[in-house]
Amino acid sequence: MLEISNLVAGYGGVPILRGVSLSVGAGEIVAVLGANGVGKTTLNRAVSGLIRASSGDIRFDGQSLIARSAPDIMAAGLIHVPEGRKIFPNMSVFENLELGSYRRARANRARNLERVFGIFPRLRERSGQFAGTLSGGEQQMLAIGRGLMAEPRLIIMDEPSLGLSPLLVEEMFALIARIAAEGLAVMLVEQNVVQSLELAARAYVLENGAVVMAGSAGDLSRDPRLMTTYLGM
Amino acid sequence: MLKLDIFLSALANGLMTGAVYALISLGLTLVYGVLHIINFAHGATLTAAMFAVLIAHTVFGLDPYLAVFVLTPLFFALGYGVQRFVINPASHGNDSNILLVTLGLSIIIENALLAGFRSDTRSIDVPYGFSVVEVGNLFLSVPKLVAFVASFVVALLLWLLLAHTDTGKAIRAVAKEKTGAALSGVNVDHIYAVTFGLGAACLAIAACLLMPTFLVNPRIGNAFVLVAFTIVVLGGMGSIAGALVGGLIIGVVESLSGLYFGESLGQIGIFLIFILVLLFRPTGLFGAKA
Repeated sequence: MLEISNLVAGYGGVPILRGVSLSVGAGEIVAVLGANGVGKTTLNRAVSGLIRASSGDIRFDGQSLIARSAPDIMAAGLIHVPEGRKIFPNMSVFENLELGSYRRARANRARNLERVFGIFPRLRERSGQFAGTLSGGEQQMLAIGRGLMAEPRLIIMDEPSLGLSPLLVEEMFALIARIAAEGLAVMLVEQNVVQSLELAARAYVLENGAVVMAGSAGDLSRDPRLMTTYLGM
Repeated sequence: MLKLDIFLSALANGLMTGAVYALISLGLTLVYGVLHIINFAHGATLTAAMFAVLIAHTVFGLDPYLAVFVLTPLFFALGYGVQRFVINPASHGNDSNILLVTLGLSIIIENALLAGFRSDTRSIDVPYGFSVVEVGNLFLSVPKLVAFVASFVVALLLWLLLAHTDTGKAIRAVAKEKTGAALSGVNVDHIYAVTFGLGAACLAIAACLLMPTFLVNPRIGNAFVLVAFTIVVLGGMGSIAGALVGGLIIGVVESLSGLYFGESLGQIGIFLIFILVLLFRPTGLFGAKA
């Protein structure tokens, strides 16, 4: 469904990603793991059209996404739930969700709102409240809920566990599993190795802007090299 | 009772002028709130709109109150185009560049008008220019009353647009969170241009409301925008309600200080308030913390 090949991207001519190749199949949960600064967020930003790749190719359903704008890419059904949530703090929870369907699935807005409120009952309780006043966990729920409003075919989750308490992290991963169980493809980009590997079918490990390990989640979680690479020991 | 009548009439005049000030400030505050820049071309755009009303009247014989239906969409389109195809490409995503580009635009517009119309002061004659309506003991100028009501209608429409339409919500979303908006499918460049267009459209309406009682020369817009800037700071940068209330307050202050200190010192009260607000409440009446 998503095919990334030899992707090179960065900022101001300095490459952060140095030839990344990976793929996500339909209905599959794929984890992209790596410590801070290995290029995970750059990868997401390039895929969702926020920055331009300098070479390589990104294909979604066979169509190249290179040189397409962020709104166009999301209109194709590739939804990016960004790191740091990027919700609209000055608007109500309800309005935040409405804007999730600004460009895509607008006709199904009412139905999808009910669906999101079903998954995240907390958002229904808080629907009139300014999003900026939510707790970190609630803001993450809102960011995911806003993404779901567009009826994603593939959703990129960038560090959904960042800044959450261990209990909330458990809850967040359980929710992602539940969303994915409905047949949605998920690219889970995380630092949280153990929990991500429990959830994902396959995983890639990034280091210095390149894929250094790839395989099934089961194999990787038993691989002693993972801990060495990941912890830099 | 003569004293009270004069006071009330000054108050009413202040409110009516203030409503037009509010309308001019709405465009300024909207652009500031969304693009986070002061549009230095605001005054020149107002001047251009007033000349457009003059031309519509003298060349095409169009009454200002009818011209509003032509000039508002025209100025929206101009504002949209200028932001999308001139300011945005020239700014390279850098806020301070946008500031300089709008400053450059204001110089170009002003001097083009100066070249085309000389520095003469002109006005138009409309049959209702001096008509008044009697309310109690007060005589209110009809064109000013029209301007007062129309300004409120425009403010209400603008509020409805921002609060209840998808485009309005996208404008508010882009104001605070560009990346999140782009990832939700909002075309940020388009929304910037729409916002700029709305600012220019407000000025076109203000020009149509002003011209029946006012005069125009190539530098007239600056006088208004200086006042509008005070209003935007008083009301809170980026706040629609603030622009409306601030406009009315400034209108009344100007009128009353004109009454008590004499016409030529009318504006002294405005700048006194400006300094006091900056000293004691820099976020303005309705402003949030930066």
